[in-house]
Amino acid sequence: MSQVIDDDPRIIEFDVRTDEMLVNMGPQHPSTHGVLRLVLRTDGEVVSEIEPHIGYLHRCAEKIGENISARQFIPYTDRMDYLAAMNMNLGWSLAVEKLMRHQVTEKARHLRVLISELSRIASHLVGMGAYGLDLGTFSPFLYAFREREKILDLFEEACGARLTYSYITVGGLTADLPPGWLARCEDFLNQFEPVIREYHTLLTTNAIFVKRTASIGVLSPELAINYGCSGPVLRGSGVDQDMRRDGESIYTAMYDGYAFEVAVMKDGHYPRDHVYPAVPHDAVLGDCWHRFFVRMLEVVQSMDLVRQAIDRYSACKGPLGEPVKVAEKIPVGDVYLETECPKGQMGFYLVGNGTAIPWRVRARSSSFSNLSVLAELCHGCLIADVPAIVGSLDIVMGEIDR
Amino acid sequence: MAEYLIQTVGLPEWLTWSLMAVLSAVLILNLMAGGALVFIWAERKVSARIQDRLGPTRTGGSFGWLQSLADGIKLLAKEDLMPEGADGMLFRVAPYVSFCASFAAFIGLPFAFDMVGLRLNVGVFYVVAVLGLEVFGVILAGYASASKWSLFGAMREAAQVVSYEVPLGMCIVVPVMLAGTMDLVTIGEKQAGWFTNWYLFHDPFTFVVFWVYVTCAVASVNRAPFDLAEAESELVAGFHTEYSGLRWSFFFMAEYSSMFLVSGLAAVLFLGGWNGPVPLATLAGLSEGTGETTGALVRLLGLANLLGKATLGVLIMMWIRWTLPRLRIDQVMTTCLKYCTPIAAAMFAGAMVWLWVFPGGVLNLDDGSRRPGEIREGWLEGPGGRAPAAATAPASIPAEEAVAEVAG
Repeated sequence: MSQVIDDDPRIIEFDVRTDEMLVNMGPQHPSTHGVLRLVLRTDGEVVSEIEPHIGYLHRCAEKIGENISARQFIPYTDRMDYLAAMNMNLGWSLAVEKLMRHQVTEKARHLRVLISELSRIASHLVGMGAYGLDLGTFSPFLYAFREREKILDLFEEACGARLTYSYITVGGLTADLPPGWLARCEDFLNQFEPVIREYHTLLTTNAIFVKRTASIGVLSPELAINYGCSGPVLRGSGVDQDMRRDGESIYTAMYDGYAFEVAVMKDGHYPRDHVYPAVPHDAVLGDCWHRFFVRMLEVVQSMDLVRQAIDRYSACKGPLGEPVKVAEKIPVGDVYLETECPKGQMGFYLVGNGTAIPWRVRARSSSFSNLSVLAELCHGCLIADVPAIVGSLDIVMGEIDR
Repeated sequence: MAEYLIQTVGLPEWLTWSLMAVLSAVLILNLMAGGALVFIWAERKVSARIQDRLGPTRTGGSFGWLQSLADGIKLLAKEDLMPEGADGMLFRVAPYVSFCASFAAFIGLPFAFDMVGLRLNVGVFYVVAVLGLEVFGVILAGYASASKWSLFGAMREAAQVVSYEVPLGMCIVVPVMLAGTMDLVTIGEKQAGWFTNWYLFHDPFTFVVFWVYVTCAVASVNRAPFDLAEAESELVAGFHTEYSGLRWSFFFMAEYSSMFLVSGLAAVLFLGGWNGPVPLATLAGLSEGTGETTGALVRLLGLANLLGKATLGVLIMMWIRWTLPRLRIDQVMTTCLKYCTPIAAAMFAGAMVWLWVFPGGVLNLDDGSRRPGEIREGWLEGPGGRAPAAATAPASIPAEEAVAEVAG
């Protein structure tokens, strides 16, 4: 009997057949940015299929929001995108204010711009540093964290926390800036500006970095729009959209009088408000390099906005205004508001029923939509490209799982 | 010393030579193990300084120089884990294969004129061949770990290291051709004198070939930007994902000693070996300027020269590692097959032509009595038919036996 099996040519063919391998990447893996789990179907080094599994950081934030008052929900928004908690606070506060028809003071408005743009810089620094880490270089990560620490020091002075601030709140901000803060902030900006050139040398224009990112994970504008991508991922594909300019009036009114140009490639070049390194020849619009580069441009753009906000804030006289009461009643009605967070468009939906506690709370996460396009981008790439593509999407699991 | 034992103490000859071989092996093993510890400490401090940190500051004084030792004790005390489904025998053997290969190669590396574990007439060949065995340990580890990440790491290592042996070999052949011998001691000896005698400055082709060698050497010891076998952001830890404790530390030591070895080889082949940039010993009248260093002081000077050059090479590798991102596997292979190999081959041909046109060299500050391309009579017995240096095993012991003694 065994002789028959040995002689069967099909058996021999089966023996030498190469097979696909299912590899489980995460939820504990160095480069999945938290607890993301990816299941890769690989043929040697080539990835034929990739499937993200999420939910490892789910904390029922939305359901909790339906059991506490709107202001009490602020600390929960901190824990969504914990790398840009200020922007999360702002998104929720604006949504509630829109429903309450609450108008913050002029001083609070400029302070919010100042704080949220600083937070954007901090978030992009982590994104940039962690991206270097994904590509195998450790040092830029620590250089990025060195500067981020200085921003966190400023935030700590302002609100006492370094990660989960709850500083921007419904109806304004919890406290005004301490004396001397603005000068220290300007010191930081002056010191930070030349450092960006170092980042460009270490990463943006580095030959190996360009080799690893240019033409990798190309996301066409149509695909980006179809998947609901937003933020630097969308702009990296050349779609000219930024909620700070194109959003709802309650949000864009915050930026009234501020001069900034959306960081997007138009007619083959990026905004020429600063000196940037040239786009490498092998980079294609929508690839990992462009997504990374848009973030680097937004850091400079946010620095400009912070400088403008410092001028406007210091010109404002009068009090900052008090935030609403913790148990302030929310009028009947529903509201949905999207703001431009560092990772993309973060939307908050809430329904009020006349009590202090919202009847319905939902959050639309930008990282969630950005991650959903991963399967399209990773089709046929190499294993080493998977961290490069995941890193270029700059996701935060706290926001995806909520 | 061997003669002393035979003639004065009266030990039998076979016992004396065996004792000498064991002594050499123990010396080299301990020197390199200690060296690896120092390099591991240096890597921590160097990377810390590059990254705006301090590195270890507590263990053993403010420079943390006992950190490696403390880590070693920690690794010794760790639980010895082996994943379920692993091939137990291969899993246990793999670290030792890597470790032995990388340490055994030091037998052939001369630290000064007569400071060499075993003077071999095929020294270059021996060192490169034994160093190439290190890859077997890695492949075994990856295969036996029963982990997909380890398997990926091992496959990458196999593809990468085997490919890079080709341009590496071609680069090494150039100094061998110039010296007319594969004996590392003779190659070092021929570069005695001013630094212009170094093979790096022999002709434009050797200058280029040196940089190709550096690239290939970094790749063949799996250092960034070619550290694909352990690519921590992609493969968790690559081939040593499942290793812990002392077994893991053997891989670690092998990596650092290989780094030192390829740097030492670069120093001997291209950078004058134990000959300093300025022939201090000759100028001071301590040596005759032939590269044959005599006397303890001159010997120590030579040792310091070689260790300094090799350490500099290791430090440059660390500097590269903490600066550059990692290449992708296809790009690593492209670098090897499309750039390194053709360039090395072209430079080899160029150096050959140069040697034919300028047989005496052009930058040679010597009197020209020693021609670089000269093949001496009786080179198989060593230059000038001299007996091997005292502190070595006899040249009559075949290389394989000597390896077996150290490796076993």
